[in-house]
Amino acid sequence: MTVTATTSPYLDQFRQLAPTLPGGRLPWLGALRCAGAERFAALGFPGTRQEAWKYTNLRALEKVVFAPPPAAAVSIDRVSSVLPEDLVRHRLVFVDGRFRAALSAVGDLPAGVAITSLAAALEATPDLLEGHLGRLGAVDGHALLALNTAFAEDGAVLLLSRGVDLEAPVELVFVTTGVTTAMTSPRLLVVAEPDSRATVIEHHVGLGETASFSNVVAEIEVGAGARLEHYKVQRESPAAFHIAVATARIGRDACYDNFVLTQGAQLSRSEIRAVFAGTGGDCRLSGAYMVRGHQHCDTTTLIDHAEPQCSSREVYKGALDDHSRAVFQGKIVVRPGAQRTDGHQLNRALLLSEHAEIDSKPELEIYADDVKCSHGCTVGELEDTALFYLRSRGIDRVGARALLTAAFLNEAIDEIPVEAVRTAFQDLTADWLQGS
Amino acid sequence: MLEIKNLHASVAGKPILKGIDLSIGPGEVHAIMGPNGSGKSTLSYVLAGRDGYDVTDGSVSYDGLDLLTMEPEERAASGVFLAFQYPVEIPGVSNMTFLKAALNAVRKHRGDKELDAMEFLKLIRAKTRLLNMTDEMLKRAVNVGFSGGEKKRNEVLQMAVLDPKLAVLDETDSGLDIDALKVVAEGVNALRGPERSALVITHYQRLLDYIVPDFVHVLAHGRIQRSGGKELALELEAKGYAEFGVDEAA
Ligand SMILES: Nc1ncnc2c1ncn2[C@@H]1O[C@H](COP(=O)(O)OP(=O)(O)O)[C@@H](O)[C@H]1O
Ligand SMILES: [Mg+2]
Repeated sequence: MTVTATTSPYLDQFRQLAPTLPGGRLPWLGALRCAGAERFAALGFPGTRQEAWKYTNLRALEKVVFAPPPAAAVSIDRVSSVLPEDLVRHRLVFVDGRFRAALSAVGDLPAGVAITSLAAALEATPDLLEGHLGRLGAVDGHALLALNTAFAEDGAVLLLSRGVDLEAPVELVFVTTGVTTAMTSPRLLVVAEPDSRATVIEHHVGLGETASFSNVVAEIEVGAGARLEHYKVQRESPAAFHIAVATARIGRDACYDNFVLTQGAQLSRSEIRAVFAGTGGDCRLSGAYMVRGHQHCDTTTLIDHAEPQCSSREVYKGALDDHSRAVFQGKIVVRPGAQRTDGHQLNRALLLSEHAEIDSKPELEIYADDVKCSHGCTVGELEDTALFYLRSRGIDRVGARALLTAAFLNEAIDEIPVEAVRTAFQDLTADWLQGS
Repeated sequence: MLEIKNLHASVAGKPILKGIDLSIGPGEVHAIMGPNGSGKSTLSYVLAGRDGYDVTDGSVSYDGLDLLTMEPEERAASGVFLAFQYPVEIPGVSNMTFLKAALNAVRKHRGDKELDAMEFLKLIRAKTRLLNMTDEMLKRAVNVGFSGGEKKRNEVLQMAVLDPKLAVLDETDSGLDIDALKVVAEGVNALRGPERSALVITHYQRLLDYIVPDFVHVLAHGRIQRSGGKELALELEAKGYAEFGVDEAA
């Protein structure tokens, strides 16, 4: 397949759609979108000959021609929440990529906080977005990020002014109805000014059986002394493709905490790129992935210790059943002069079936001498002695496996500092273990 | 209650049990004593249904059931309990979660209503008090970081919660000081009754001062070499296992 064969349907769509996209009259945005389309045209879909995509083959994705969902909206009357309903004060719901006001609610906000859909922000306050949109998620060598940039028509914008503490979490729900073979391109922009604080929960859920493609890009600016907790649940439908790239820039003494719970999609990739932009920053990337059937789940992280005295910690745990496959690529770069860096990375996978497979590739690139860095990768199976012990107490084989697998995954989930989120993620894990 | 006939079992192709005959009636407590390596733990694992312990001949009937064809969890649900010589550590699963899952699995199998969190808490509090255990031990992961004595007490706690009809205790006394030994023995004795039986495996006579057996058997070289009353234990304590062709001080 040539690059043109698989990219040209998207470029045709782009030419048709571009004038109608939100903020279409903004020259800077138009230029950004065109640059995205051009980059995508030049790069094509990533292939396994590229180092970063060696273990994740997108051929199945390329075979389907996805299109932005039709304007006629699918009706949905309720969307369930990851957190208990009473804790969710701010919620933006997107159905097939487009904001649904009727399903959304934003409660009272402290002064200096804006939570809006991207489309609305581009209409009402485009000046606030110029210079931010496309900055961290710059259209460079990443074809799918470029594709998102061309097509992004909606998403969420969270702006936090200096010092503001948004206590209640913001939940962003992305529902894919699966009514058409739709490509959605949600774009998230978080700008947390110095010393602000917020919690964002991203929830991707699929309803239908039709193949769909969510191509998500998040740009996250964590200013000096700010603290952002960013959690994500990916429960797309079994036929879905889910590709996400989140880029976080962590300022001086700032803290960025990210956790991804992956259960859905036939093929998913969660790519997180975190770069320190000041000393004393703290970055925690963790996740739990649980897949079965023929699912493929890729977790790719890059932590760029570009400044001294920053610490990073990664804890990923995965459970793989049936013929599923997982990929973990974790890169830590310590730049020259980034002394007193502390970087720890752990990926542990549990193979629940002899047919499941994981490719694990940790990479440390260290150009400074006063650093503490470590990484560990393990692949294991459930222990026979533990299984027998549980069964000898009356717990059946299925229950014993579920108990031990939950215990294994909870070690990652325990990294989440927010109790309500931790509990919710444990419950989702228990549901998955029950087979739902 | 339990009828073991001509039981032969191998581990990794090596014959360990070479024709065991043992009959335990309702309400009886039997002790099995024997030197290290004689096959005591092997017998206990065969009764509990552990994989890799292959029965090559003989039969075991329990309460009229063909025990050897049952899954380990079915045996547990039917009232067989093995207190492990080496209790297993299970990181990430709290003792409380484990006990509740076990009890409810067994209750469900027996057709009893599963207990909710409050009912379970009440039951477990009463049992831990009896065994001098702290609430803190319930919150910890199963056996992780427990001392040898705590692990053994935890086995007895599980037994008290699951309320078995046939308890097999594999060297539950090893590693216990005298006070812990008494607590454990009290826990076992509390379960004695006309319909319940126990098989107490021990290396030393000491435990049998507190859990007084009806019968004592000597296991050596994979077979029961001699059976008698509780006085046999005292004799073994004095003379060792030399007469059974085992060169070991008891
Ligand atoms: N998993 C095993 N693999 C190989 N040999 C074993 C295994 N378990 C026990 N054995 C052997 O079986 C024999 C009996 O062991 P065991 O039943 O543990 O004795 P006891 O409990 O009386 O000390 C010993 O010779 C021991 O080495
Ligand atoms: Mg033994």
